[in-house]
Amino acid sequence: MLNKNIYLILIISLVFAISFWIGFNVNLLPAEASINAPIYDELFKILFIIGLIIFIGMTIAVIYSLFKFRKRNDQIGDGIALEGNLSLEIVWTIIPSIIVLLIGLYSYNIYDRMGGMKELNHNHEMMTSNTEKIWAGISQTSDNEIAINNLSIEVSAMQFAFLFNYPKGNFISGELHVPVDQKVSMKMESKDVIHAFWVPEFRIKQDIIPGQPTILNFTPTKVGKYPIICAELCGPYHGGMRASIIVEEESDYNEWFNKNKKPEVNL
Amino acid sequence: MTTLDSSKEIQKNNSEVNETHEDFRMFGLITFLIADGMTFAGFFAAYLTYKAVNPLPDGAIYELELPIPTLNTILLLVSSVTFHKAGKALLKDKNSDSQKWLFITAFLGIIFLICQLFEYFHLPFGLTDNLFASTFYALTGFHGLHVTLGTLMILIIAWQSRINGGRLTSQNMFPLEAVELYWHFVDGIWVILFIILYLL
Amino acid sequence: MTISIDPQKTNNESLQPKGWLRYFSFSLDHKVIGIQYLVCGFLFYLIGGTLASAIRIELASPMSDFMPRDVYNQVLTLHGTIMIFLWIVPVVNGAFGNYLIPFYVGARDMAFPRLNAVAFWLIPPSGLMLVASYFVEGAAQAGWTAYPPLSITTPQSGQIIWILSVLLLGGSSIFGGINFIATIIKLRRPGLKLMQLPMYCWAMLGTSLLVVLSTPVLAGTLILLSFDIIANTGFFNPVLGGNVVVYQHLFWFYSHPAVYIMVLPAFGLVSEILPVHARKPLFGYTTMVFSIMGIVVLGLVVWAHHMFTSGTPPWMRLFFTIATAFIAVPTGIKFFNWVATLWGGKISINSAILFSCGFIINFVFGGITGVALAQVPFDIHVHDTYFVVAHFHYIVYGGTVFIIFSSIYHWFPKVTGKMLNEKLGILHFIITFIGFNLCFAPQHWLGLNGMPRRVAEYDPQFQFVNQISSLGALLMAISTIPFLINVFLSLRNGKDAGDNPWNALTPEWLTSSPPPVENWEGEAPLVEEPYGYGKEISEQK
Repeated sequence: MLNKNIYLILIISLVFAISFWIGFNVNLLPAEASINAPIYDELFKILFIIGLIIFIGMTIAVIYSLFKFRKRNDQIGDGIALEGNLSLEIVWTIIPSIIVLLIGLYSYNIYDRMGGMKELNHNHEMMTSNTEKIWAGISQTSDNEIAINNLSIEVSAMQFAFLFNYPKGNFISGELHVPVDQKVSMKMESKDVIHAFWVPEFRIKQDIIPGQPTILNFTPTKVGKYPIICAELCGPYHGGMRASIIVEEESDYNEWFNKNKKPEVNL
Repeated sequence: MTTLDSSKEIQKNNSEVNETHEDFRMFGLITFLIADGMTFAGFFAAYLTYKAVNPLPDGAIYELELPIPTLNTILLLVSSVTFHKAGKALLKDKNSDSQKWLFITAFLGIIFLICQLFEYFHLPFGLTDNLFASTFYALTGFHGLHVTLGTLMILIIAWQSRINGGRLTSQNMFPLEAVELYWHFVDGIWVILFIILYLL
Repeated sequence: MTISIDPQKTNNESLQPKGWLRYFSFSLDHKVIGIQYLVCGFLFYLIGGTLASAIRIELASPMSDFMPRDVYNQVLTLHGTIMIFLWIVPVVNGAFGNYLIPFYVGARDMAFPRLNAVAFWLIPPSGLMLVASYFVEGAAQAGWTAYPPLSITTPQSGQIIWILSVLLLGGSSIFGGINFIATIIKLRRPGLKLMQLPMYCWAMLGTSLLVVLSTPVLAGTLILLSFDIIANTGFFNPVLGGNVVVYQHLFWFYSHPAVYIMVLPAFGLVSEILPVHARKPLFGYTTMVFSIMGIVVLGLVVWAHHMFTSGTPPWMRLFFTIATAFIAVPTGIKFFNWVATLWGGKISINSAILFSCGFIINFVFGGITGVALAQVPFDIHVHDTYFVVAHFHYIVYGGTVFIIFSSIYHWFPKVTGKMLNEKLGILHFIITFIGFNLCFAPQHWLGLNGMPRRVAEYDPQFQFVNQISSLGALLMAISTIPFLINVFLSLRNGKDAGDNPWNALTPEWLTSSPPPVENWEGEAPLVEEPYGYGKEISEQK
């Protein structure tokens, strides 16, 4: 009996060790290029490790049962008439409940750190600016007002392209240029069907729903060129609906901005 | 345990005349009505969400008058009572009374439909005018479809409750009971619809 | 006791055709209807599988080169719709439900045999209509979710036929659900208590409740959508003041429970299969029952987790996260119980048990990614990507379809009186298991790294992984060959099975194989312990 327990403990600790090793050493995610990304990856790592422990554990249990309890040729009759074990069943009801609850609270905390829960303190999901309703996407501000020193960009999505309007420079670009380490605030609108704005390296995604202008905030942290992908089926060329976001040093950004800036004429 | 035994008894007695059938049909009908009610629930949920989230655009007209729908509510509630009377009469083997009450019920149903159509023609908005107009027509139209079906079924069972050759007797109450349940259901939906659409 | 509880004694069975012709008739026999569902579903599975192969061929290269882009969207829409509404839902519910439930409750037929036949005969015409819509003006191309405004702006005839077809299939499913509820609750053999029913009855009761409560909402929603398309109303059309998100709420109010409509019956079936081949009682019957009902209740209040990125308010996200994650608890209980059922048994290693164990492993994996997807911050990154595609294929293919195959291996002797060939069966399992995991496991990585779902073209950096996935799909396509050979060979000259080849204790095995028209020669046996393995029960031996 003692022997059996030792084996059990050995196997369990091995499963844990393997899971933690894989969790910390196997990277399944793309580069981290925004404030959100490391927060997201932290959650991912935790979920990945817990998932691995459960998955490897269950798989071992199933395969072990199939080998250990397989019917040998000389065997006749049935297995033991064990119909249940109340305490065991209580244990595997309570432990998953606790795990699930902890994961829920933890992901709430993660979401809060990403800024997703902040507007809860204010008036629900929308805020009103000039009689126009604006929906809040995930954000990093305590309120959704577009602060003056933030970069604000208007995004229009249509079949099958993104257009980026820089109101301060009075020009429209097909590429999104943003300076590194500065908060970007975007107001997104769709001209026709539902699209979605997704930058995998930033770990953010927001549906762009016609009739619901939506604010999305993010702060890039790494210079580079990343894809912007439409993630909601929007028609035949959905797969080709892509754009690029170019994160650059502030000086490079300013150079680009001044090159494209148009003098204000009609205002 | 006792309920189990008693149901066993019922089934034992019924197996001779093969009447257990009735029970299932009523049970099936109730299940179906729950499903049907969920369709309405979906419509109501959509309407209430629209009301909470989507403001009426400037210049759009969505105004409802109360008199006709109030009259309609009364008509349907009365028709529920008259239907109930028809059932009671049939139980006492007064087939002609039952038939009379059924015709009154069907008549009330038809009046309801006429009033509804009258309201449709005098409303200041059409089906595609705005979101609320569309929702209004969808909801009342779907309900009106139920009333139409119900009225037709009432007319059929009224015909079937005729004294000579009718299949509807105090021994064979199921068709009447089923239509009655359906009719009460339609009434109940109307009351909810009236409250949500007109009063709120 | 000599009680006949059969309400259908009056059916004139002599009017029914005999032999194979009865499978093409308006038969009222629940066993015939069950087989009709299964074969019809399997034919649609082959069509849906062909479409899936077309998708994987297109995705073997990063460019859109195998078919036109709009055809690709039609293919993925039809693939999803056919697999869900014409294969999985009719088969796990209709086929096995109709065949087994009357045996399990000790009846001679379902409560409403005519309604039952009507429910089945709605399926082939609506399925054919759906497939035929491709040849009219092009099939629907807005995905199986048919999100407006896309579904309003794409070619109308295809979308309208799609709506009509799904409405009919929904109606069929509601009729089936009403029938199952009435049969399980009302048609039980006298003396048979609810807590003595085999687990599949409970699963079907829960499933049917979900069907009855949620399918009508889908029907109403699709009627509104069709108004938007035909009559130019604006329920879901933002140009006319409508609200797109309302459609998503109503749609997912059905379509999330639809997942449980697809997996709960599979949970029931695996609970029947495991004890028989492990020669052990089902572990924890009572907790299994409660967990099914828990899944039903929770399943109705988690729909908005499909909409975390579509502008839902934070409180809603929080609520649906917690509710969704908690479904893992009753589901987890079931899996622990199944492993405990295997533990200490005398397991015959055969195709049925292998597919069931494959189901456990695949589903645990799909369940873990499901709990992860329930977390809002996690979902925001992978929503609408191949991660989600992989997740739900692990649930519906790795879960339910594995169980469908397992059940076919388990009940084939019951239905035909012949055994299936074990060697071919195990070959079928190995190819399916490897092919399935090769096809879908890499897709998790694709989703995490930036490949959205429903695309015909993608970033060339994903080509290699996509090709692995396509190779897996090829293996899955190949895997149906040994299965079909097996079925046809065994039907012609399979080993005779006898009445009860597995020595099972559930009621369907206590009559001849194949069973007589009214199921039992005499009265229905009273099976108080359907899982009484390892006990001496003289009555049942």
